[in-house]
Amino acid sequence: MEYINILLKGIFIENMIFAYFLGMCSYLAVSKTVKTANGLGLAVIFVLLITIPLNYLLENYVLKEGALTWISEDYASMDLSFLSFIMFIAVIASIVQLVEMIVERFAPALYGALGIFLPLIAVNCSILGGALFMQQRQYDGIGEATTFAVGSGIGWWLAIVAIAAIREKIRYSHVPAPLRGLGITFIITGLMGIAFMSFMGIDF
Amino acid sequence: MSTETQELQAVKKESLFSKKNKRLVTDPLSDNNPITIQVLGICSALAITVQIQQAIMMSLSVLFVLIGANVIVSLLRKVIPDRIRIIVQLVIVASLVIIVNEVLKAYAPDISEKLSVFVGLIITNCIIMGRLEAFALANKPGPSMMDAIGNGIGYAWILLAVAIVREIFGSGTINLEGLGIGKFQLFPEAFYEMGYMNNNLMILPPMALIVVGVIIWIQRSRNKALIEEH
Repeated sequence: MEYINILLKGIFIENMIFAYFLGMCSYLAVSKTVKTANGLGLAVIFVLLITIPLNYLLENYVLKEGALTWISEDYASMDLSFLSFIMFIAVIASIVQLVEMIVERFAPALYGALGIFLPLIAVNCSILGGALFMQQRQYDGIGEATTFAVGSGIGWWLAIVAIAAIREKIRYSHVPAPLRGLGITFIITGLMGIAFMSFMGIDF
Repeated sequence: MSTETQELQAVKKESLFSKKNKRLVTDPLSDNNPITIQVLGICSALAITVQIQQAIMMSLSVLFVLIGANVIVSLLRKVIPDRIRIIVQLVIVASLVIIVNEVLKAYAPDISEKLSVFVGLIITNCIIMGRLEAFALANKPGPSMMDAIGNGIGYAWILLAVAIVREIFGSGTINLEGLGIGKFQLFPEAFYEMGYMNNNLMILPPMALIVVGVIIWIQRSRNKALIEEH
């Protein structure tokens, strides 16, 4: 039950876009058509799924206070958490690079779909944001952390596909000229955020 | 002698406060604003605009990191290999952000707690990577610093504008306790007794998006050149 809870929370209630505005830059830039939005969304799910468990291990076995006791009891008082920013971003940047190479080599079809988006993702706030939330919320075990990764990834995908669909249709409506493009996208995202707030309080 | 003075003048023309460099500072304030025109740095801009004090702290942090990163990358621009430049930039930015985070934790613990993960997210703030890629990698440290100051302030004023609207209408106060100044109530008690109510919707996250949307609307109706096709 705990897993379902974390999953649903990640998708709807604590949605990366509507509740925390993470990854807004690529959300606004790549949401002109559903097809590309879908590709970027899938790439985000994929990278979150890999980096969050890795960062979880890093956090719990290297960075946290007393995390190094598995090497020797002498390290019980070590607290390396001030290094977490630089470690997390290094893991993310290198994993993205690695994933890009592996996907290109072994799954050319997937590479064709995600290809151009993968390098962009290293600097997508939602990936680092996911790692930092994982650190802050202290999940129990790697299972919960992975569930959180999948949930927030799906939430992000859902948000970008939804806004892309709306933007495709809004081309045919009479939006006031100064509001066209960026302005109306902001306002629609705000309204969608209000709609998503109705999921608040759902609990299993 | 005369050629020397000419050369000196030429050098002077390219000094830190030349017209060209001043434009680097003033352009991002309006017509090339990082948030409303270049669409950079939205991620952190929206989440921390519930209160003015958070917005001030966030702007100062971003300004510091942006200036530091722009100058450092600009100094190193000939040494950084092209293929791994993103990682190099990320490491430089991350180190600066760690400094900011530790300073905030020590001197403004309340605000640091409220900003939570968003201090860390300065690392992936597109405004910083965007300016590094677009400007610092191709320009000298002096102009890079000016560019950083301009973009940092352009970012700051949008943040402050959104925060002022949200805090005044959302909570009816201006709370600067975290900065050691104090809390001011804007509307007298009599207003509330007559039935005035704070607009709680303003405190919720979606309103940040709508307020920025309205700022963009106002800006583009004043300057028609910025209007997009679709």
